[in-house]
Amino acid sequence: MNPSLFSPEGLAGVIFLILIGVTMIGAIIATCTKRLIRSVSGLAVCFVGVAGLYYFLNSPFVAMMELLIYVGAVCVTIAFAIMLAEPDEAKLARKMSGLSGGLAAVCGGAVSFALGYAAVNGQWMAPATQVNDGSLKMIGASLLTKYSMVFELISIVLLAAIIGSVALARAGRRGN
Amino acid sequence: MMLTLSTQLNTYLIIGAILFGFGIFGLVRRPSLIGMLIAVELVLSGASVNFMAFNRFLAPDPTVGQIITLFIMAIAAAEAAISLSIVIAVYRNYKSIEVEDLVELKG
Repeated sequence: MNPSLFSPEGLAGVIFLILIGVTMIGAIIATCTKRLIRSVSGLAVCFVGVAGLYYFLNSPFVAMMELLIYVGAVCVTIAFAIMLAEPDEAKLARKMSGLSGGLAAVCGGAVSFALGYAAVNGQWMAPATQVNDGSLKMIGASLLTKYSMVFELISIVLLAAIIGSVALARAGRRGN
Repeated sequence: MMLTLSTQLNTYLIIGAILFGFGIFGLVRRPSLIGMLIAVELVLSGASVNFMAFNRFLAPDPTVGQIITLFIMAIAAAEAAISLSIVIAVYRNYKSIEVEDLVELKG
Protein backbone atom coordinates (compact mmCIF):
# COMPACT_ATOMS: atom_id res chain seq x y z
CA MET A 1 0.00 0.00 0.00
CA ASN A 2 3.06 2.28 0.26
CA PRO A 3 3.53 4.22 -2.97
CA SER A 4 7.09 4.86 -4.07
CA LEU A 5 8.41 8.39 -3.76
CA PHE A 6 8.49 9.08 -7.49
CA SER A 7 5.08 7.74 -8.44
CA PRO A 8 2.29 10.33 -8.85
CA GLU A 9 0.74 9.28 -5.51
CA GLY A 10 4.09 9.60 -3.77
CA LEU A 11 4.69 13.08 -5.16
CA ALA A 12 1.17 14.10 -4.12
CA GLY A 13 1.99 12.82 -0.63
CA VAL A 14 5.16 14.93 -0.53
CA ILE A 15 3.20 18.01 -1.62
CA PHE A 16 0.65 17.27 1.09
CA LEU A 17 3.40 17.13 3.73
CA ILE A 18 4.77 20.45 2.46
CA LEU A 19 1.28 21.97 2.70
CA ILE A 20 0.93 20.78 6.31
CA GLY A 21 4.30 22.38 7.04
CA VAL A 22 3.26 25.67 5.41
CA THR A 23 0.02 25.72 7.42
CA MET A 24 1.76 25.05 10.74
CA ILE A 25 4.60 27.53 10.11
CA GLY A 26 2.05 30.16 9.12
CA ALA A 27 0.05 29.56 12.30
CA ILE A 28 3.23 29.81 14.42
CA ILE A 29 4.24 33.08 12.71
CA ALA A 30 0.71 34.44 13.11
CA THR A 31 0.64 33.86 16.86
CA CYS A 32 4.24 34.18 18.05
CA THR A 33 5.77 37.26 16.40
CA LYS A 34 5.90 40.59 18.19
CA ARG A 35 5.09 42.91 15.29
CA LEU A 36 1.53 42.71 14.01
CA ILE A 37 2.43 43.17 10.35
CA ARG A 38 4.54 39.98 10.47
CA SER A 39 1.68 38.26 12.21
CA VAL A 40 -0.76 39.11 9.41
CA SER A 41 1.76 37.87 6.83
CA GLY A 42 1.94 34.60 8.75
CA LEU A 43 -1.84 34.44 8.66
CA ALA A 44 -1.75 34.77 4.86
CA VAL A 45 0.84 31.96 4.61
CA CYS A 46 -1.32 29.78 6.86
CA PHE A 47 -4.38 30.39 4.65
CA VAL A 48 -2.43 29.43 1.53
CA GLY A 49 -1.61 26.11 3.22
CA VAL A 50 -5.25 25.61 4.23
CA ALA A 51 -6.33 26.27 0.63
CA GLY A 52 -3.97 23.49 -0.46
CA LEU A 53 -5.56 21.16 2.09
CA TYR A 54 -9.00 21.98 0.63
CA TYR A 55 -7.65 21.06 -2.79
CA PHE A 56 -6.66 17.66 -1.41
CA LEU A 57 -10.19 17.32 0.01
CA ASN A 58 -11.68 17.26 -3.52
CA SER A 59 -12.96 20.83 -3.61
CA PRO A 60 -10.87 23.16 -5.78
CA PHE A 61 -13.71 25.71 -5.73
CA VAL A 62 -13.53 26.18 -1.97
CA ALA A 63 -9.71 26.29 -2.21
CA MET A 64 -9.95 29.14 -4.71
CA MET A 65 -12.50 30.95 -2.54
CA GLU A 66 -10.17 30.58 0.44
CA LEU A 67 -7.37 32.26 -1.52
CA LEU A 68 -9.69 34.95 -2.86
CA ILE A 69 -11.53 35.85 0.35
CA TYR A 70 -9.04 35.15 3.13
CA VAL A 71 -5.70 35.91 1.51
CA GLY A 72 -7.01 38.51 -0.90
CA ALA A 73 -9.54 40.35 1.23
CA VAL A 74 -9.36 39.61 4.97
CA CYS A 75 -5.56 39.74 5.32
CA VAL A 76 -5.33 42.93 3.24
CA THR A 77 -8.07 44.55 5.34
CA ILE A 78 -6.24 43.64 8.55
CA ALA A 79 -3.01 45.04 7.08
CA PHE A 80 -4.81 48.34 6.37
CA ALA A 81 -6.14 48.45 9.93
CA ILE A 82 -2.63 47.85 11.30
CA MET A 83 -1.34 50.75 9.22
CA LEU A 84 -4.17 53.01 10.44
CA ALA A 85 -3.81 52.11 14.12
CA GLU A 86 -0.21 51.09 14.72
CA PRO A 87 0.09 49.87 18.29
CA ASP A 88 2.88 51.08 20.54
CA GLU A 89 5.65 48.54 19.93
CA ALA A 90 7.65 49.03 23.13
CA LYS A 91 4.57 48.77 25.31
CA LEU A 92 3.42 45.71 23.39
CA ALA A 93 6.78 43.97 23.82
CA ARG A 94 6.76 44.65 27.54
CA LYS A 95 3.29 43.20 28.01
CA MET A 96 3.86 40.09 25.91
CA SER A 97 6.36 38.55 28.34
CA GLY A 98 5.46 37.03 31.68
CA LEU A 99 2.61 34.91 32.89
CA SER A 100 0.21 35.32 29.97
CA GLY A 101 2.49 33.41 27.57
CA GLY A 102 2.52 30.33 29.78
CA LEU A 103 -1.20 30.56 30.48
CA ALA A 104 -1.89 30.90 26.75
CA ALA A 105 0.28 27.88 25.94
CA VAL A 106 -1.55 25.80 28.55
CA CYS A 107 -5.01 26.87 27.25
CA GLY A 108 -4.17 26.32 23.59
CA GLY A 109 -2.40 23.04 24.24
CA ALA A 110 -5.28 21.72 26.34
CA VAL A 111 -7.94 22.63 23.76
CA SER A 112 -5.83 21.24 20.93
CA PHE A 113 -5.08 18.00 22.79
CA ALA A 114 -8.72 17.48 23.76
CA LEU A 115 -9.95 17.99 20.19
CA GLY A 116 -7.24 15.76 18.74
CA TYR A 117 -7.93 13.03 21.32
CA ALA A 118 -11.66 13.13 20.55
CA ALA A 119 -10.94 13.01 16.80
CA VAL A 120 -8.58 10.04 16.97
CA ASN A 121 -10.69 8.00 19.38
CA GLY A 122 -14.08 8.75 17.82
CA GLN A 123 -16.00 6.07 15.93
CA TRP A 124 -16.63 7.62 12.53
CA MET A 125 -19.09 5.85 10.25
CA ALA A 126 -18.46 6.07 6.54
CA PRO A 127 -21.67 6.71 4.58
CA ALA A 128 -23.27 3.82 2.74
CA THR A 129 -23.91 5.82 -0.42
CA GLN A 130 -23.18 9.31 -1.66
CA VAL A 131 -26.08 11.04 -3.37
CA ASN A 132 -23.84 13.17 -5.63
CA ASP A 133 -20.19 13.84 -6.34
CA GLY A 134 -19.87 17.23 -4.61
CA SER A 135 -18.91 18.99 -7.84
CA LEU A 136 -19.26 22.71 -8.47
CA LYS A 137 -22.44 22.10 -10.48
CA MET A 138 -24.02 20.31 -7.51
CA ILE A 139 -22.94 23.11 -5.13
CA GLY A 140 -24.59 25.68 -7.37
CA ALA A 141 -27.78 23.64 -7.65
CA SER A 142 -28.16 23.16 -3.91
CA LEU A 143 -27.26 26.82 -3.19
CA LEU A 144 -30.18 27.89 -5.36
CA THR A 145 -32.68 25.25 -4.23
CA LYS A 146 -32.16 23.72 -0.79
CA TYR A 147 -30.09 26.54 0.73
CA SER A 148 -31.55 29.52 -1.09
CA MET A 149 -32.94 31.06 2.12
CA VAL A 150 -29.54 30.88 3.83
CA PHE A 151 -27.94 32.30 0.70
CA GLU A 152 -30.25 35.34 0.82
CA LEU A 153 -29.74 35.76 4.57
CA ILE A 154 -25.96 35.77 4.18
CA SER A 155 -26.19 38.55 1.64
CA ILE A 156 -28.31 40.59 4.09
CA VAL A 157 -25.67 39.94 6.78
CA LEU A 158 -22.95 41.19 4.44
CA LEU A 159 -24.97 44.28 3.55
CA ALA A 160 -25.54 45.02 7.25
CA ALA A 161 -21.81 44.54 7.88
CA ILE A 162 -20.89 46.99 5.11
CA ILE A 163 -23.32 49.66 6.33
CA GLY A 164 -22.36 49.08 9.96
CA SER A 165 -18.64 49.34 9.34
CA VAL A 166 -19.03 52.50 7.29
CA ALA A 167 -21.21 54.05 10.00
CA LEU A 168 -18.83 53.00 12.80
CA ALA A 169 -15.70 54.20 11.06
CA ARG A 170 -17.35 57.50 10.12
CA ALA A 171 -18.84 58.34 13.51
CA GLY A 172 -15.65 59.64 15.11
CA ARG A 173 -14.59 61.83 12.19
CA ARG A 174 -16.94 64.70 12.81
CA GLY A 175 -14.94 66.23 15.65
CA ASN A 176 -11.67 66.49 13.76
CA MET B 1 2.94 5.56 5.57
CA MET B 2 3.78 9.26 5.57
CA LEU B 3 2.90 9.59 1.89
CA THR B 4 -0.68 8.33 2.26
CA LEU B 5 -1.62 10.83 4.98
CA SER B 6 -3.84 12.81 2.61
CA THR B 7 -6.32 9.91 2.37
CA GLN B 8 -6.97 9.64 6.10
CA LEU B 9 -9.64 11.51 8.02
CA ASN B 10 -7.56 11.75 11.21
CA THR B 11 -4.85 13.85 9.54
CA TYR B 12 -7.28 16.61 8.70
CA LEU B 13 -9.02 16.45 12.09
CA ILE B 14 -5.70 16.82 13.90
CA ILE B 15 -4.65 19.73 11.64
CA GLY B 16 -7.97 21.40 12.45
CA ALA B 17 -7.46 20.80 16.18
CA ILE B 18 -3.94 22.27 16.03
CA LEU B 19 -5.16 25.36 14.15
CA PHE B 20 -7.94 25.80 16.73
CA GLY B 21 -5.39 25.44 19.53
CA PHE B 22 -3.11 28.04 17.96
CA GLY B 23 -6.11 30.36 17.72
CA ILE B 24 -6.93 29.98 21.43
CA PHE B 25 -3.21 30.42 22.23
CA GLY B 26 -3.06 33.69 20.31
CA LEU B 27 -6.38 34.86 21.74
CA VAL B 28 -5.09 34.55 25.30
CA ARG B 29 -1.58 35.79 24.57
CA ARG B 30 -2.11 38.85 22.38
CA PRO B 31 -2.41 42.17 24.20
CA SER B 32 -3.87 44.09 21.24
CA LEU B 33 -7.26 43.94 19.55
CA ILE B 34 -5.90 43.32 16.05
CA GLY B 35 -3.74 40.43 17.30
CA MET B 36 -6.82 38.87 18.86
CA LEU B 37 -8.70 39.30 15.59
CA ILE B 38 -5.93 37.40 13.75
CA ALA B 39 -6.23 34.61 16.33
CA VAL B 40 -10.02 34.47 15.81
CA GLU B 41 -9.42 33.99 12.07
CA LEU B 42 -7.22 30.99 12.93
CA VAL B 43 -10.02 29.51 15.07
CA LEU B 44 -12.54 29.89 12.23
CA SER B 45 -10.12 28.31 9.79
CA GLY B 46 -9.65 25.30 12.08
CA ALA B 47 -13.42 24.85 12.19
CA SER B 48 -13.60 25.07 8.38
CA VAL B 49 -10.92 22.40 7.96
CA ASN B 50 -12.95 20.08 10.20
CA PHE B 51 -16.13 20.71 8.20
CA MET B 52 -14.37 20.04 4.92
CA ALA B 53 -12.77 16.83 6.25
CA PHE B 54 -16.11 15.44 7.45
CA ASN B 55 -17.65 16.52 4.15
CA ARG B 56 -15.07 14.58 2.16
CA PHE B 57 -15.00 11.39 4.18
CA LEU B 58 -18.30 11.00 6.06
CA ALA B 59 -21.10 13.04 4.51
CA PRO B 60 -23.69 11.31 2.31
CA ASP B 61 -24.19 14.61 0.46
CA PRO B 62 -20.74 16.12 -0.21
CA THR B 63 -22.03 19.59 -1.07
CA VAL B 64 -23.19 20.40 2.49
CA GLY B 65 -19.74 20.86 4.02
CA GLN B 66 -18.52 22.98 1.13
CA ILE B 67 -21.56 25.26 1.44
CA ILE B 68 -21.07 25.56 5.21
CA THR B 69 -17.42 26.46 4.62
CA LEU B 70 -18.45 29.14 2.13
CA PHE B 71 -20.86 30.57 4.72
CA ILE B 72 -18.12 30.51 7.37
CA MET B 73 -15.95 32.51 4.95
CA ALA B 74 -18.71 35.08 4.44
CA ILE B 75 -19.29 35.38 8.20
CA ALA B 76 -15.54 35.73 8.77
CA ALA B 77 -15.31 38.50 6.18
CA ALA B 78 -18.26 40.38 7.75
CA GLU B 79 -16.78 39.89 11.23
CA ALA B 80 -13.37 41.17 10.10
CA ALA B 81 -14.90 44.28 8.50
CA ILE B 82 -17.05 45.13 11.55
CA SER B 83 -14.36 44.48 14.13
CA LEU B 84 -11.74 46.43 12.21
CA SER B 85 -13.99 49.46 12.03
CA ILE B 86 -14.60 49.09 15.78
CA VAL B 87 -10.82 48.98 16.23
CA ILE B 88 -10.43 52.16 14.19
CA ALA B 89 -13.16 53.89 16.23
CA VAL B 90 -11.53 52.74 19.51
CA TYR B 91 -8.14 53.96 18.30
CA ARG B 92 -9.58 57.36 17.50
CA ASN B 93 -11.04 57.76 20.99
CA TYR B 94 -8.29 56.19 23.11
CA LYS B 95 -5.18 56.52 20.87
CA SER B 96 -4.49 52.87 21.69
CA ILE B 97 -5.69 49.39 20.71
CA GLU B 98 -4.44 47.60 23.82
CA VAL B 99 -7.08 45.55 25.61
CA GLU B 100 -5.73 46.79 28.96
CA ASP B 101 -6.43 50.42 28.12
CA LEU B 102 -10.16 50.02 27.46
CA VAL B 103 -11.26 50.52 31.08
CA GLU B 104 -13.57 53.53 30.91
CA LEU B 105 -16.57 51.59 32.28
CA LYS B 106 -14.57 50.14 35.19
CA GLY B 107 -15.84 51.40 38.56
